[in-house]
Amino acid sequence: MTDIGLGHYLTLGAVIFTIGVIGIFLNRKNIIVILMSIELILLAVNINLVSFSIYLNDLSGQIFTLFILTVAAAEAAIGLAIIVVYYRNSGTIRVEEIDKLKG
Amino acid sequence: MIAHSIFFYFFSIVAIISAIMVTASKNTVHSVFFLILDFISISCLFIMIGAEFLGMIMLIVYVGAVAVLFLFVVMMLNVAQQKNQWFLSKSSSDHIPIGFIISAIIFFELLIVVGGWKYKPDLVNPNNISLYNGVSNTHSLGQVLYTDYIHIFQISGMILLVAMIGAIVLTYRQREGVKKQSYVKQISRERSEGVEVLEVESNKGIKIDD
Repeated sequence: MTDIGLGHYLTLGAVIFTIGVIGIFLNRKNIIVILMSIELILLAVNINLVSFSIYLNDLSGQIFTLFILTVAAAEAAIGLAIIVVYYRNSGTIRVEEIDKLKG
Repeated sequence: MIAHSIFFYFFSIVAIISAIMVTASKNTVHSVFFLILDFISISCLFIMIGAEFLGMIMLIVYVGAVAVLFLFVVMMLNVAQQKNQWFLSKSSSDHIPIGFIISAIIFFELLIVVGGWKYKPDLVNPNNISLYNGVSNTHSLGQVLYTDYIHIFQISGMILLVAMIGAIVLTYRQREGVKKQSYVKQISRERSEGVEVLEVESNKGIKIDD
């Protein structure tokens, strides 16, 4: 209990990952919360990479965490730009009312 | 060792609770605030286990840039009138139990993977964490990042550039009725179209019609 090992960090990552997935599935509000859930998922991946990197004493995990950070920032910028454009065109970003691509 | 576990449980509980609040809170602004809290506690965890450069970078990039970007978009889009109702609309709520089931399956699969991970016995020991072996974390990261991973580093810079250009192109629009300076027009004015020299006869004056 008092000995914090790799498993604790991996479990924390798993919990946060699952919360992010639940946030994507159960979202009834707007798309911004879905983007935030994606950020949570990437954060969980970062936790896994960093804890493995520390415990295996290998720096590659932290390097890849840096690149995941880069990609996450780019993805947030593009996603928010798309949301702004969509809101400008249709006046809503509620998940239920976005059905222009309805198949 | 006790301090390590106490801090780990504190930060991880704060992180999990705030992650739940990100998805569950009704107000989007509160969601962004809880996202910031989540990032801060996770970066504290990173600093605690010896990845201090990544912890600081997470603070700068996520809290300083991404979360503020989210706040700006929330502010611009007027989502205050769009907050509300969980599960209230009955029309399309049949995907909620399926979502829960799939999430539970993912969670238990991850737990199985974590539980089945075979540790090398000399690596499990947290005393193995080399917090400081002559070279700091930032120094060693830089030594690897700018030599072995230099191409990926450059490509990530290109990704950021493309994202910036894409965001600008997506949100740029030509507006009607906005007075702007046109530098080209100002610079390319000739003397002939600006000034006109006239002969003025004395005692008669001259009439200039506009």
